Amino acid sequence: MPAVSKGDGMRGLAVFISDIRNCKSKEAEIKRINKELANIRSKFKGDKALDGYSKKKYVCKLLFIFLLGHDIDFGHMEAVNLLSSNKYTEKQIGYLFISVLVNSNSELIRLINNAIKNDLSSRNPTFMCLALHCIANVGSREMAEAFASEIPRILVAGDTMDSVKQSAALCLLRLYKTSPDLVMMGEWTSRVVHLLNDQHMGVVTAAISLITCLSQKNPDEFKTCVSLAVSRLSRIVSSASTDLQDYTYYFVPAPWLSCKLLRLLQCYPPPEDGAVKGRLVECLETILNKAQEPPKSKKVQHSNAKNAILFEAISLIIHYDSEPNLLVRACNQLGQFLQHRETNLRYLALESMCTLASSEFSHEAVKTHIETVINALKTERDVSVRQRAADLLYAMCDRSNAKQIVAEMLSYLETADYSIREEMVLKVAILAEKYAVDYSWYVDTILNLIRIAGDYVSEEVWYRVIQIVINRDDVQGYAAKTVFEALQAPACHENMVKVGGYILGEFGNLIAGDPRSSPLVQFNLLHSKFHLCSVPTRALLLSAYIKFINLFPETKATIQEVLRCDSQIRNSDVELQQRAVEYLKLSSIASTDVLATVLEEMPPFPERESSILAKLKKKKGPGAVSVTELEDNKREGGELNGEGDRGPDPAAMASSNASTPSPSADLLGIRSAAPVGAAPTSVGSLLVDVFSEAGPAAPSAAVNDDGFLRDLEQPTETSDSLLVEGSGDSDSASPSEDPAPPLSEADELLNKFVCKNNGVLFENQLLQIGIKSEYRQNLGRMYLFYGNKTSVQFASFTTTVSCPGELQSQLNASDQTSGTTGRGWSPDPTGTQHRVLTDFSDAPLLNIKFRYGGALQNLTLKLPVTINKFFQPTEMTSHDFFQRWKQLSQPQQEAQKIFKANHSMDTEVLKAKLLGLGTALLDDVDPNSENYVCAGVIQTKGQQVGCLLRLEPNGQAQMYRLTLRCSKDSVSRRLCELLAEQF
Amino acid sequence: MQFMLLFSRQGKLRLQKWYVPLSDKEKKKITRELVQTVLARKPKMCSFLEWRDMKIVYKRYASLYFCCAIENQDNELITLEIIHRYVELLDKYFGSVCELDIIFNFEKAYFILDEFLLGGEAQETSKKNVLKAIEQADLLQEPRHEYFAVPVY
Repeated sequence: MPAVSKGDGMRGLAVFISDIRNCKSKEAEIKRINKELANIRSKFKGDKALDGYSKKKYVCKLLFIFLLGHDIDFGHMEAVNLLSSNKYTEKQIGYLFISVLVNSNSELIRLINNAIKNDLSSRNPTFMCLALHCIANVGSREMAEAFASEIPRILVAGDTMDSVKQSAALCLLRLYKTSPDLVMMGEWTSRVVHLLNDQHMGVVTAAISLITCLSQKNPDEFKTCVSLAVSRLSRIVSSASTDLQDYTYYFVPAPWLSCKLLRLLQCYPPPEDGAVKGRLVECLETILNKAQEPPKSKKVQHSNAKNAILFEAISLIIHYDSEPNLLVRACNQLGQFLQHRETNLRYLALESMCTLASSEFSHEAVKTHIETVINALKTERDVSVRQRAADLLYAMCDRSNAKQIVAEMLSYLETADYSIREEMVLKVAILAEKYAVDYSWYVDTILNLIRIAGDYVSEEVWYRVIQIVINRDDVQGYAAKTVFEALQAPACHENMVKVGGYILGEFGNLIAGDPRSSPLVQFNLLHSKFHLCSVPTRALLLSAYIKFINLFPETKATIQEVLRCDSQIRNSDVELQQRAVEYLKLSSIASTDVLATVLEEMPPFPERESSILAKLKKKKGPGAVSVTELEDNKREGGELNGEGDRGPDPAAMASSNASTPSPSADLLGIRSAAPVGAAPTSVGSLLVDVFSEAGPAAPSAAVNDDGFLRDLEQPTETSDSLLVEGSGDSDSASPSEDPAPPLSEADELLNKFVCKNNGVLFENQLLQIGIKSEYRQNLGRMYLFYGNKTSVQFASFTTTVSCPGELQSQLNASDQTSGTTGRGWSPDPTGTQHRVLTDFSDAPLLNIKFRYGGALQNLTLKLPVTINKFFQPTEMTSHDFFQRWKQLSQPQQEAQKIFKANHSMDTEVLKAKLLGLGTALLDDVDPNSENYVCAGVIQTKGQQVGCLLRLEPNGQAQMYRLTLRCSKDSVSRRLCELLAEQF
Repeated sequence: MQFMLLFSRQGKLRLQKWYVPLSDKEKKKITRELVQTVLARKPKMCSFLEWRDMKIVYKRYASLYFCCAIENQDNELITLEIIHRYVELLDKYFGSVCELDIIFNFEKAYFILDEFLLGGEAQETSKKNVLKAIEQADLLQEPRHEYFAVPVY
């Protein structure tokens, strides 16, 4: 090997380094460093000009000190001076210093860039490479500005040396990553793609990283790389282990390049060209075959390189998700690795199988390995491997194996590493819910979860079990019995007390018949836990007690006594004190009727995405669970309690059994930010008012209701309905933010209303918007009902209707706004009027803005005003129909679409939809009675557009052919578009 | 690749290469935490771990740990062999490399790394080609006698 300078190049540096190494303490080291820094500073400041060698040595020492972890605040200028040295080693040290210690001192950056520019144009490949390495290492915006246009030129120039090309490619990649806006695509891009064909393997290896990154952002411009990559890959895969000389690594031909090629292909869908695809499939098969061959070397490097390619190939197979044969082979291969003696392979196999589990082709194949995976969960010594096993069990879980998997995960949880417990708890909770056929199993599982890992059971988990118990009356008795038993344990987790308190408060009556769990026994059991609990739990228990008074009048005296004692009624915590005072008062004043109404059983919860799932997604980052979720949702149609009618008034849910909304009683998970301090005081005064006004003479239920459940019935605050002519007029109080762009699902929501005029347009956690509309000729009137689903008022609620772009000239939309800041349904719905001037295809936008808990909510929807709403049905005979059909024979007047049925093809359903469309459904017109024919006239201000429609269902193929002929071609097209979504 | 760290069994950092822009403070924090995490692992454990939002690939050679942070879609095994190839390059250049070589010739260790990996991606995987580039650079070194006259301090 070359005469390695082993430090004798710069003896002073070597001496300094050994001094530092000999330091016995940190203090001694710092002392030595300070001495050296003082020395260097004086040298740099000294009158005598330093020669290049000294400068290099001192700069190198500074670098060493910096890398030890000390701050360096000088020497940059000297390093920059080294850049322009004509001695290679001096230049090299200068560049190294700059690369490690960049300083965004503008003066220096200019000097550095100058030096780089000189080296880039020096035509000396070694200097050029040094400069390129520096740019790649620093990668700052300033450098991108200076060199982003120069480097592509160097990269594709015919006379550039290979080594420079390699550096240029990766340098450009780094600049593209930091400042994509500065790297302009140009004619160089096609030449870059062709670097995949370069003779020099090193050039291909470097260039492909650049191409992969660029392809991800601009797939269309780079799609020619697919066939080039496939042929390159095929040449490597089929080459003998010695063909590629130094690019063969432990008998594996070009492993890095192969992996990069397979990675590049993952940016694209499977090749469309049959020949290319065939060649690629062949490559993938060869890679899978090679995995079965005996190893050519016992070295771990050989198997690692070979398996690196194999795993990358499997990633590609999973990415394509279209070759069942390959997917199953991949799964079998991974199955072998699951029992491999190399921990690394077991880890990767578990990880890779996780993604295979979500493919419909390989899901079953993955499931066959369940015992091995469970075994891994139990026996792997490395927690990160066990974590992978747990992930895989979660991914492979379905209805058939849920009980087994949940049981295994629960038993693992008892000994699981602390770092993964919370995630495990979430996963168990999700699986138990998703695959619960038998709800008593679900309840048992969650209670077990709380028992085993109570500390890791987040609010979402126990909220969820309560939501489900409340929504399923078949499990309520069982739940009450089970929590009652669980609470018998001398030490039970506070989360268990919360669930127990809530469930017994609601459903304790279901087990009260048994003397062993009589009301008083239940109460005493709960109250025995009271003093060990935190404030939120105590608050919840107090609510449970008042519910007990309602459920079991015989407990009234006992409970009142408890409420009356000083530790409750004079509790220093305002929340507890208030509850105690209110509940005591309520129980002594209100009649049993009033009590029964106020403390009624909780209505069912509205169905929404499981908050637990949302939490897991958040924890794991986007995409982490979404794949399996999607698949699971596909596989499992019916979700838990996804059926049945929801409660009549969603707002009621927010006001739980307690009069004072406190975070602890909030099961919806949407009000976690609700101000705890503010709410109780106002409620408190309200309550007192009601009682003092009405007096003890048993107030009427209605009045009492109003006051007590203020959340439900409080009248809307502002209902000042003002008629505003013209659109786009926004309220002065409205927040100044621009209207949000329409929601991504706006079109989908709009499509729901093509064939109907009334219904719920939109719903989220806060707000529900209902629509009623009527149309006559070219006029339409739409009423919008805003329902506030929360317990608090929305501030600055404004709505604006606008017609974007050219729609302005096509449709007059005017809104009559009425403020609806209150809760519940607004009594005065907002009305909008539409007058259609000419045919149109866009929909008017409805923007809604309001403040909720301080945050501005800004959402934009499309109002379902579609052209078909202005249809007038036209009855006609078969003869007339065909005559007109023929008259509308110009090609542009017809629009046709053949599409797959998305909804039921039932005759009655179809008829209802076609009538809802607004046209006349004509019988006995089409010779084929299976087909539907409709006719109508669209009324606009200026003209009338005649429309004929023919819908031909094919029940066997589950397809439709839809044909529209209209006297105006834009109408044909728009109607065709709209209707294709309806059937 | 996001970064590569070389550190000793005592947790002393010997080489650091960052391919993503981070502040010095962040770098120090990451280094401290990661060194601790890796050193706490037992010998037979697997070479990969999930850490923050990255994947960590590490391997111990004698007294030195080589540790790479890669992105989620990157290939763990090939990264392990990147580490190995780098070790081979150091070994060939220094002639059975040891930790001391890297301490005293830290700048060389950086130069070799730059020839092999650039911007976090493999630039040249042929051992011969990388060493050729380094040799050429060494040939450009000034004859040693030039320095003999210069005082050490």
